[in-house]
Amino acid sequence: MLDLLIPSFLRPDSASVQAAKVDAIFIGLLLISSAILLVVIGLVVTFAIRFRRGSAAKRGALPNIVSREFEIGWTAATLFVFVFWWAASIEIGAYSAPKNAIEIHVVGKQWMWKTQGPSGTREINELHVPVGAPVRLLLTSQDVIHAFYVPAFRLKRDALPYQQTETWFQATKTGTYHLLCTEYCGTDHSRMLGRVIVMEPQDYARWLTRQPERDGLADLGERLFSERGCSGCHAAGSKVHAPSLAGIWGQSVPLEGGRTASVDEAYIRDSILQPQRDVVAGYEPIMPSYEGKLSDGEIQALTAYLRHGTDRFDLIGSLNLAPADNICAPGQTPQDGTANQTLRSPALVPGAPVSGETPQ
Amino acid sequence: MSARGDLAERTAERHLREPWDELRLPATRAFRSQRAGATFGMWIFLASEVLFFGALFLLYTALRLEHSADFAVAARETNIVYGTLNTALLLTSGMTAAVAVQASEREDLRRLTLLCLAATVALGLAFMVVKGLEYREDIEKHLVPGAHFALKERATQLFFGFYWLSTSIHAIHLAIGIGLLTRLIWREWRSPGLLFKSPQLEVATLYWGFVDLVWIVLYPMLYLDGRSA
Amino acid sequence: MSGASSDASSLANPRELDLGLPVSYLGEGHSVASWLFTTDHKRIAILYALSITFFFFIGGAAATLVRLELFTPQGDVVGADHYNKLFSLHGIVMVWFFLIPSIPTTMGNFLLPLMIGARDLAFPKLNLISWYLNIAGGLLTLAAVLAGGIDTGWTFYVPYSTVFSNTFVTLAVLGVFVSGFSTIATGVNFIATVHYLRAPGMTWFRLPLFVWSMYTTSLIFVLATPVLALTLILVIAERTFGLPIFDPARGGDPILFQHLFWFYSHPAVYIMILPAMGVISEVITCYARRRIFGYSFMVYALVAIAVIGFFTWGHHMFTSGMSPFAALVFSFLSFIVAVPSAIKVFNWTATLYRGQIGFESPMLYGLGFLGLFTMGGLTGLFLASVPIDVHVQDTYFVVAHFHYIMVGASVSAYFAGLHFWWPKVTGRMYPESWARFAALLMFFGFNLTFFPQFIAGYLGMPRRYYAYPPEFQVWNVLSSSGAAVLAVAYLMPLGYLTWSLFFGARALNDPWNASGLEWRTTSPPPRQNFFGNPQVLAPPYDYHPEATPPGDEPRIAEEGALT
Repeated sequence: MLDLLIPSFLRPDSASVQAAKVDAIFIGLLLISSAILLVVIGLVVTFAIRFRRGSAAKRGALPNIVSREFEIGWTAATLFVFVFWWAASIEIGAYSAPKNAIEIHVVGKQWMWKTQGPSGTREINELHVPVGAPVRLLLTSQDVIHAFYVPAFRLKRDALPYQQTETWFQATKTGTYHLLCTEYCGTDHSRMLGRVIVMEPQDYARWLTRQPERDGLADLGERLFSERGCSGCHAAGSKVHAPSLAGIWGQSVPLEGGRTASVDEAYIRDSILQPQRDVVAGYEPIMPSYEGKLSDGEIQALTAYLRHGTDRFDLIGSLNLAPADNICAPGQTPQDGTANQTLRSPALVPGAPVSGETPQ
Repeated sequence: MSARGDLAERTAERHLREPWDELRLPATRAFRSQRAGATFGMWIFLASEVLFFGALFLLYTALRLEHSADFAVAARETNIVYGTLNTALLLTSGMTAAVAVQASEREDLRRLTLLCLAATVALGLAFMVVKGLEYREDIEKHLVPGAHFALKERATQLFFGFYWLSTSIHAIHLAIGIGLLTRLIWREWRSPGLLFKSPQLEVATLYWGFVDLVWIVLYPMLYLDGRSA
Repeated sequence: MSGASSDASSLANPRELDLGLPVSYLGEGHSVASWLFTTDHKRIAILYALSITFFFFIGGAAATLVRLELFTPQGDVVGADHYNKLFSLHGIVMVWFFLIPSIPTTMGNFLLPLMIGARDLAFPKLNLISWYLNIAGGLLTLAAVLAGGIDTGWTFYVPYSTVFSNTFVTLAVLGVFVSGFSTIATGVNFIATVHYLRAPGMTWFRLPLFVWSMYTTSLIFVLATPVLALTLILVIAERTFGLPIFDPARGGDPILFQHLFWFYSHPAVYIMILPAMGVISEVITCYARRRIFGYSFMVYALVAIAVIGFFTWGHHMFTSGMSPFAALVFSFLSFIVAVPSAIKVFNWTATLYRGQIGFESPMLYGLGFLGLFTMGGLTGLFLASVPIDVHVQDTYFVVAHFHYIMVGASVSAYFAGLHFWWPKVTGRMYPESWARFAALLMFFGFNLTFFPQFIAGYLGMPRRYYAYPPEFQVWNVLSSSGAAVLAVAYLMPLGYLTWSLFFGARALNDPWNASGLEWRTTSPPPRQNFFGNPQVLAPPYDYHPEATPPGDEPRIAEEGALT
C-alpha cells in the first residue's frame, strides 16, 4: 500500500489502530506537500535558468488581467487544497474510547511513570497491555506537566497536575515499545522513559496472575469511605438526610433546578470538591467541601469504590499513591520520602544546592 | 500677519521637535501634524494597554467561571466603602483632567488649566492614600494569599491573588500618570505658557483617562461581585 | 530630479565624496556619547545591530554545545542540568534578543524612514529609549545566566517555572518583560511614522513591501506583546510573592498560562517571518529586475497573516487535553493562515518570470529563503492537522519545522538584507565571492542540520532530551555535523563584513541599480537622510528587465521615480 513508498528505516514502528490511521494521513499529506514543494522549486529553478541575466529568453510586461486571474486562481486553489487537507485529517471518532476499554490509571511524577492496571497491578515505568483490546488511559500528574508518549502508537497526551486527562489506544502488534515523556519536566526529563509491552491475551492473563495481590483500589476507597466520614451521612441507615450512593454509578440523577447529571468520575470528583454546585434534588446543600482534605489518589480510590464497591470480584487494585504528597507549594516542604527519588527542593532560592546529582 | 497668526507660529515653534521640524512645511502646519502624530501614537499605545488589561480581565473571567461561589465569598471581604470612594475620586479627576486639556486650548485660561491639573494630581494622590489605607486593612485582616490566609474556601486565594495584582498594577499606572502631570505643572510653572496647545498635555490626559477607565472595570469585579442579593 | 539622484554619477567617484557634501551620519561626531545619546534612527539601527549580533553569537554558542552533546546518545559532554540550561539559554536569547528584534530594529530602523522619504522616525527619543530597554532586558537575562542559569526552556511553562525550578527564573523573566517594552515602543514608533511622515506622493499603495511588512509587524508588536508582559508578571508574582494564579494546588490553572503564553508567542512567530518577507520582496525584485507580481495581493497577504495569526494559538496545545472541537477550530484557522503565505510564495516565484535574474549574494539568500520557507510552511500544515500533531508534538519534527521558518527563512532573509543594504549602511562593498560562498554554505549547512530532525521527530525522538535512545543517533550525528558547517557559515560574514568596513571598496549610491527611495541618497546617507525634498511619482519596484543592460553597470535613476 501507500506506506510501501517509504523505506523501512524511515518508518517508525506502527503498533496500534491509531498508528495506521496517522501514517495514512501523514503519507497523504506528504504526497500533497511534496507536489507543492516540487512545483515551487521546479519553477524557481526553471525561471532562474531561463531568465538568468543576459539570456536570450523573451521579456516584456504581462497583461494586468492575467495577473489578477492568476492571483484569484491560486488563492482559490490553495484554499481548496488546505481546507480539503484539514477536512481529510479530522479524526473526530478517535477522541472517545470504546465503552469496553480496559482502564489504566497513569500518574506522572518527576521522573517516572506509575501505571495501575485494572487488576490492581502496579507498575513503574512499564505498562503491560493485551494486543487487540482497546485501552483507556486516565492520566494525571503529581507535580509538573508531563506528556505520555508512545511513538509506536502515535499516542500522546499531557498529564496535568490536579486534573485528569484521558486518551485511548488499541495495540495491534505484540512487542516492546518506547514510552517517553515529551513535556519538559526538569532535570531528568530525558530519563523519564519506560516500556509498553504488548502481549498476546493469554500471555497477558498469565502475566496478570503472576502479579502479587494487593489491596484493591476499591478496597482502599471503602476504607476511606468510613475513615473520612463519608459513611456518616451517605451510608444506608444514616440519620442525616443525604443521598445513598449504592449502585449509583452510571445512573442519571435529578439535580436542583430540574437538571440531571450522570454519575461518572467527573461528577463524583465535583461532588466531593464542590458539593454546593450540583445538589441532588430534594436534599439540603449541607455537605462540606473536601477540597484540600482528600488527595487526588484518595479521590480516585473513592471513585473506584463507588464504581465497583458492590462487586467483590472487581479487578481494580490499589493505586496506593498519594499524588498530592510532594506537591511543593511555596512555603511548604515536600513530604515524599521515597528513597529512590531525588526530590527537587521547593525552595524558591535560585542556585540552591541540589542534593544528589543525577547518576550518569 | 495678525497677532493671532503670530501666536500660533510662536506656539508651533516652541513645541516643534525633530523630525517634525524638518518636514519643510510652514511651522503651524508641521506643528498640527506633530500634535496629531503624538496623539495617534498615544492611541496606539493605549491599544497595547487594552490588550494588557484585557489579558488580566480574561484571567479573572476564566477563574471566576471556574470558582464563582468562592469568588463571591471573597469579593464580600473587600472594603466597598474605600472602593466606592476611590471610584468617585478617580471619576472626578477624569473630569478635571478633561477640563484642563480643554482650557489649554485658550491662552487666557492658563490659570484654569493649572488649577485643574493640580486638582487632578491631588485627586490621584487621594486615591493612592485611600488605597494605602485599604491595603493596610486587608493586611490586618489576613487577606494576603499564603499560609495565614483568612478565608477557608480554596479559590478565595485566587481572588485575592488577582485583587493584589490588579490593584497594584493599576496603582503603578496611576503613579506614572501623577508623575506625568506633576512634571507638566512644574514645567508650566518654570516657563509660563508652555501648556498652551501642548501635545504633551493632550497625551498625558489621554493616558489619565485610560487609567480611569481601567478602574471603572476593576471596581465591579473587585467590590460588587457577591454583594447583590 | 532631486539633487541626490542627478548627482549619482559624480558621487560614485569616491574622491569627490568629500567635496561640498555634508558628512554622512557616520561622520557626525565620533565620541562614544555621540553614539550612546544619538536620536538618529540610522545610528540607533547600528546600536541594535551590535547588540543583536552579540546575542546571536551567545545563542549560537549555546546551540553548538547542545548539538555537541547530542552527537552521542549518552549524556557525556554536559550534565542534564547544564544541558537544560543551555537549550533554555539558546531559546530565550535567540527568540527575544535576536529573532524578534533582528530585522525590525536594524533594517527597519535604518530603512523605514529612508524608504518613505522621512527624516527620522516619528519619536526619535523613544527610539533611543527602546534600545536601552532592549539592552537592559538582555543584560538582566544574561545576569540570570551568569548567576547560574535558567532551566525552564523558553516557554516558561508553569507549574515548573513557578513552583519547581531552582534556577534564576525571575531574573530571566524580568529581562524578557523589560525587553517587551522596547518592542512595544518600537511598534508605536513605526506605526506613527508610516501614518504621518510619508513623503508627498508616497501613498499607501506605493509603499515598498518592506514598509508594509514593518507596519504589520508593528501591529503585532503592539497588540501581542502586552499579553506576554502580563503573563510574565503573573509568573514573577507567583514565584516571588506566592500569589496563586496558575498553581493547580490552589485552584489555579496551568493551561491558562499556556493559552496566554501562546496568544503572544504564536503571533511572535509572525513577528519573525513578516519582516523577512518584506526583505525578500525587495531583494527578489531588484535582482530579477521586475516589478513584484501582484503587489496588492502581497499587501493583503501581509495584513491577513498578521490578523489571522492572532487566532491560531491553540494549535500549540492539541495534546493538553483541549476539547476536540476547539482543536478542530484552531486547526482550521491554522490552515487558513497558511493561504496568504502560500500566495506570497507563488507571487515571488512569478516575479522571477521574464526577469533578468542575477545571482549576487543577496539573491542567493533570497532564493534559499523561497525553498526553506516553503518547506517550513508546508511542514507547519502537518502540525496543524490534529492527528499528526498528536504524534509529533514536542518531538524533533516541531524543532525542525520552526527552525526552517525562524532560521531557514528568517535568518536567511536577515543575511539577504544585510548584504543588500550593507553598501548603503556602511558605504563599503564586501567581497562578493566570499559572500556567495557563505550563502551557499549556509543553505547546505542548514539543510544538513535540520532536515534529519524531521525524520528523527517522526520516528519519535522527543525534544529537550540530553540523552536519547540509541536508534536516533544516526540522525543526530547528521544534524550535529550540519551544525558545524552552519557555525562556520555564520562566522564567515562576521569576518568578511568586518574586513570590508576597513578595506572594502567605496560603495556607489546605488550599487545594485535598485529602485527604492533609500538608494536615492548617498551611501552612507547624511544625518537628514536626503539632500532634496523627496517626492514620489511612481509605484515601487520600477524595474524594466528589457531596458537593463546585461552587465553590472550603475544605472541612471529611472525616469520619473523621483523629482
